[in-house]
Amino acid sequence: MSDRLFNWYRFASPQAFYPLAGRMIPWFWALAALFGIAGLYVGFLVAPTDAQQGEGYRIIFLHVPASWMSMFIYLVMAFWAGLGLAFNFRLSGMMAQALAPTGAMFAFLSLWTGALWGKPMWGTWWVWDARLTSELILLFLYVGFIALQSAIDDPRRADKAGAILALVGVVNIPIIYFSVKWWNTLHQGSSVNLAKSSMATVMLWGMLLCALACWMYSIAVALMRVRRIMLEREKDTLWVREELAREAS
Amino acid sequence: MLTPILAVIVRDLRLALRRRSDIASVLFFFIIVVSLFPLGVGPEPAQLRKLAPGVLWVAALLATMLSLPRLFADDYRDGTLEQLALAPQPLGLIVLGKVIAHWLISGLPLTLLAPVLGIQFDLSGEALAILTVSLLIGTPALSGIGAIGAALTLGVRGSGVLVSLLILPLYIPVLIFGAGAVDATLTGTGAQAHLSLLAALALAGVFFSPWPSAAALRIALE
Amino acid sequence: MIYWNSLADFLAMGKHGLYVWGSFIVMAALMILEPILLARSRKSLIARLKRQYRAEKLDNHHPPREDNP
Repeated sequence: MSDRLFNWYRFASPQAFYPLAGRMIPWFWALAALFGIAGLYVGFLVAPTDAQQGEGYRIIFLHVPASWMSMFIYLVMAFWAGLGLAFNFRLSGMMAQALAPTGAMFAFLSLWTGALWGKPMWGTWWVWDARLTSELILLFLYVGFIALQSAIDDPRRADKAGAILALVGVVNIPIIYFSVKWWNTLHQGSSVNLAKSSMATVMLWGMLLCALACWMYSIAVALMRVRRIMLEREKDTLWVREELAREAS
Repeated sequence: MLTPILAVIVRDLRLALRRRSDIASVLFFFIIVVSLFPLGVGPEPAQLRKLAPGVLWVAALLATMLSLPRLFADDYRDGTLEQLALAPQPLGLIVLGKVIAHWLISGLPLTLLAPVLGIQFDLSGEALAILTVSLLIGTPALSGIGAIGAALTLGVRGSGVLVSLLILPLYIPVLIFGAGAVDATLTGTGAQAHLSLLAALALAGVFFSPWPSAAALRIALE
Repeated sequence: MIYWNSLADFLAMGKHGLYVWGSFIVMAALMILEPILLARSRKSLIARLKRQYRAEKLDNHHPPREDNP
């Protein structure tokens, strides 16, 4: 085994990653707070009203970041899953498991804020719009992933089965989105028209900052969760004992 | 390459024929679910005609779902699956054979039954034909994609409900194009495009899904 | 710089206050709740593990396995 490969395995081992994650978490929290305050300041205080949608459009600063994160987290999950299947890293399965609940939460938030946006804009809480429907299906995919992982007792098997499911899901997402879009245009024409107002730069900045905040938040929460998973799974190893003995609390 | 597939198909069919009641209960489930809808929504023919494609397709999805856990479970329990996994032939090909056999004992009977049930919904002759064709093309995709779920939940507690959580979202494209084909016939826009896309899904589903299924089976056997 | 004239205007959001703040509050609540719950479950896990280790030390029949994956 070459030195380089050995280092890789070391870095990917929970034992090495656990303290590293612990040191990174506060930084990601700080970044999330910073971006969040800046984004909300720009979005809710500075940005002018939208000519067509009034003040209700400000939900965009919450809705769009939540939707982006819900999709992005699934991709990241599939990436870790693929890595885990290809190289058999213990870390990657734990990362995928740690990301799923946060992704599901963002999918739910995307639906929730979408409904609250739809009511004043389109006059209805829910429309079977292609994007909304796909988001709902994405939530189902997350739920399936979480349910599968929690139903399998052996963590190794749970990781691998979850990885296959995540990869199958990621291949299917474009197909699902395309088919829902096709179905939607056939059934209801263009009753739903997102007002295509040319977005002012300041709005774009607000959205971007809020998205960054959600991104940093997701990393921080995923790291917190992965640390918890590591302790739980490796509780019989020496390093967890030493780690806990070192920690004062 | 074809011999192992054929051997698996013949074997699975023979086993299934020994337990005909399993096939029959899936079919009766299909019939009962479809027959419940007119009782639930009322007997107006115009309304039933509008509902028919969706109802029949959703019922077909659920019936397929119901038959999935048995796809690998028996072989897993008696150790046959382990032998198959050790065989020199790729496990994916064996799974492909099992998928085809599963379609022959669940998808095909459903398809043959559907026009009879469609009459209950006052569908015209043309719509019945398209319904049958769409099920004929689409149900192989259901068996193929379903095999992934069946393999992932093999030997897992609560696998019956779990498999539907995993697989039903993935069935959505098949449902959309299958029911859409019949719907398009009813509204007179032509089912050609839907059927082509359905065929594409079925081909992809049948020929690609055995590989992730085989990977999932290996994980279950570890 | 700031777009709003008064706090009341800000809270009213031009008749859309319920929707905007309904979105904001739920999102903020979930994003605050998630890390709090995680921190709490971590604490209880650590307490549980420490209890377990102490118990093992008492009967000392299960030496920790060497960490060599």
